Amino acid sequence: MALQWLFIGAILVVGAGMAGLPIALNILLAPRKPNPDKSATYECGIETVGETWVQLKGQYYIFGLIFLIFDIEAVFLFPWAVAYDKLQFYMVLEGVLFILILGGGLIYAWRKGALEWI
Amino acid sequence: MTAEQLLFLAVGAVTLIASILVVTSPRLVHAGLWLILALAGVAVLFVLLENGFLAVVQVAIYIDAIAILIIIVVMLTRAVMRETDPQINRTWVLAGMAALLLFGSLLAIVLQLPAPIRPALLDPESGLDVLGKALVDVNGFILPFEIASVLLVAALIGAIVVARAPMRGD
Amino acid sequence: MSDPFGGLDNFLKDLLVGFGLDATFVAVVLKLLGAAVLGGMAGATAILLIWAERKLVARIQDRLGPNRVGPYGLLQTIADALKLLTKEVLIPAGADRIIFQMAPLLVVASVIGVWAVMPLAPGLIGSDVNVGLLYIVSVGSIGILGIMMAGLSSNNKYALLGAFRTVAQMVSFAVPLIFSLLVPTLLAGSMGMAEIVEAQEGLWFIFLAPLAALIFFVSSIAEVGRAPFDLMEAESEIVAGFHIEYSGMAFGMFFVGEFVHAFTISALTAVIFLGGWRGPGAEAFPLLGLVYFLLKASIMFFVVIWIRGTFPRIRIDQMNAFNWKFVTPLALVVLMVTAVVDKLAIEQGWPRFLAHSTANLLMVIGTLAILRAQASSARRRQEVALEAPVTRPEVA
Repeated sequence: MALQWLFIGAILVVGAGMAGLPIALNILLAPRKPNPDKSATYECGIETVGETWVQLKGQYYIFGLIFLIFDIEAVFLFPWAVAYDKLQFYMVLEGVLFILILGGGLIYAWRKGALEWI
Repeated sequence: MTAEQLLFLAVGAVTLIASILVVTSPRLVHAGLWLILALAGVAVLFVLLENGFLAVVQVAIYIDAIAILIIIVVMLTRAVMRETDPQINRTWVLAGMAALLLFGSLLAIVLQLPAPIRPALLDPESGLDVLGKALVDVNGFILPFEIASVLLVAALIGAIVVARAPMRGD
Repeated sequence: MSDPFGGLDNFLKDLLVGFGLDATFVAVVLKLLGAAVLGGMAGATAILLIWAERKLVARIQDRLGPNRVGPYGLLQTIADALKLLTKEVLIPAGADRIIFQMAPLLVVASVIGVWAVMPLAPGLIGSDVNVGLLYIVSVGSIGILGIMMAGLSSNNKYALLGAFRTVAQMVSFAVPLIFSLLVPTLLAGSMGMAEIVEAQEGLWFIFLAPLAALIFFVSSIAEVGRAPFDLMEAESEIVAGFHIEYSGMAFGMFFVGEFVHAFTISALTAVIFLGGWRGPGAEAFPLLGLVYFLLKASIMFFVVIWIRGTFPRIRIDQMNAFNWKFVTPLALVVLMVTAVVDKLAIEQGWPRFLAHSTANLLMVIGTLAILRAQASSARRRQEVALEAPVTRPEVA
C-alpha cells in the first residue's frame, strides 16, 4: 500500500521536474537584455492605468461555494457507491434521498437567481 | 529510526512551519498559499496512517474547494494588495507561552494513553465497503448522513442569502 | 510472452537483489524507476499529439497543416520547442517571482499525476490504490491551483481576470464531472481503476450508462478548456488569459500541459467507459491490451479534436447556464436513476443492459421534452411581446 503512494509521490515530482527541466534550459540558453519597456505589464500596447488589482464580483464566490457543497456531497456518496453491491434496496433509496435534498438546494439557488453570471 | 518515521517528522515539520507562516505572512495571498502547503502536509500524514481515502478526500475538499474559496474571498476585498503591517503584535510572547502550555498539556495527556494504538481493523482494502454500508445502515449512521445533507443545504441557502446581489422585487 | 511486464519486473528485481541490495529497497527503486519512465513517456507523447492536432484541425479547415519540417511535418513540434527554448525569459516588473515560476510546474505535475493510476494493460498499472477515481479528481485540482497562481502572480489585470474566470469555469464543471464518476463507481463496486476495467468484462460501461459517459466527456472537455469551452485562452477575447505574461518555455509548458491533459481525459474516458485494455485476446497477450488501450484513447482524442474543429466558442454566461441549469441537474438525475434501476434489475432479475438502456432512453426523452417545453414557452413569450400594441388609440 505504501509503495503505491510512493509511486504517486514520485510521479508528481517527475511531472514537476519534466516541466522544470525545459524551463531551466530556457533560462540558461536565452539571451538576457533587460529593458524597462519589456518588463512593463502588458495592456495591449498602452501604459498601465491604475492599480493592477480588480475587485472580483461576488458571483465567483457563489460558484465556489456551490462547488464546495456539491464536492462534500460527492465525498459522502463515494463510500455509498463503493458499497453498492452489498446494499439493500432501502439503503439505495436513502442515498437517493440525500441527493434529492441537495438537488432541492440547487433548485433554490436557481430560483433565487444565484446561478446567473451577471 | 525507520524511513517512515523520518518521513513523518519531515512532513510534520513542513506542516507546522507552513501553519505558522499562514498567520504571520504580511501578504494575504501568500498566507493562502502557505495554507495550501499545510493542508497538503496533512494529506501526506493521512497517507502515512494508511488511509488513502481520507488523504484524497483531504486534497479534494480542503485544497480543491476550501483553499480556492478562501483565495477568492481574499480577492473580493481590497486588503489583498495592500502590504499589511506585520501580523505580530506586542503580546506575542504571552501568546507563544500559552500555546506551548497547551501543547505540553496535550502531550502529557496523549502520552498517558496505552501505546501503540492500532485499532483492530479490517484490512485497508475493504474499509470503504464497510464505511459505505455503515453510512446507510438503519443501525448505523443513517441519521447523521441525512442530517449532513440538510446541513449542507442550509449552508448553501445561508450563503446565497448573504452573498448574492439584491434582485429586483426582493 | 504471456506476461512480459511481470517478467521484466521479476528480471530486474532478481538482477538488483543479486547485487546484494535489500529486497524492499529494490522494490522502492523499481517503483521510482517506473514512475520516471511513465512520467517521461506521458510528457513525450505531447510531441506526437500536438502534430496530430494541428494536422487534423487543418484538414477540417480545408488546409494542409504543417508539412515542411520533416516528413509530413512530424518534426514541427520539435522545431517549435527549440524556438521557444531560445526566447528571452521575461518576468514582469512587480510580479511575485517564486509563485510566477512555480505555476507551470504545478499545472504539468497535475496532468502527469493522473497517469499514475491509469491501467495500461492487464497487470500494468503504476499505482493500484483503491481510491483511483477520487484521486484523479483531487489531482486535477492541483492544476486549477497552478492556474490561479499564474494569474495572481503576474502583475496584470487581465491575467488576474482571466485566471479567475478560468478557475470559475473549471470549478463549475467539476461538479457534473464528479457526479458522473459516481456512476461507474457504483456499477463496478470500487473506485480503483484496475477494478473498474475488470468489472467491464461482459459489457463496457458505455452501454450501461451512456448518459453518464456523455456527461463525463463533455465536463472533461470543459475542464481542460478546449473548444467549444476555450474562452479562457481565446486570443480575441481576453488577450490570452492567465498566461499573458509568460514567455519562452514557461508558456510552452502551459501549452504542452493542455494537450497532454486533453489526451489524458481521452484515455480516462477509454478506461472508465470503453473498457480500457479489454478486447479479444487481451488477457492472453498483455501487449495486445496495451495496443487496445492506446487505440481507444486515440479514437477519443480524435473525437476531442473533431469537436474542436466543428463547434463555435460559447460565451461565458451561456457556458455557466449550460453547466448549472442543464448538465448538473442531468448528472444528479442520471445518478439517482442508475442507482435505483441497477438495484432493481439485480434484485428482480431483469437483464441489466435492457433495464439501463430503457432508463437512459426515458431520461433522454424526458430531457428533450423539457427542453422543447422551455423553448416553446420562450417563443410564446416572445410572440406575445411582439403582438402587444404599443399604444391603444382611444375610440372616441
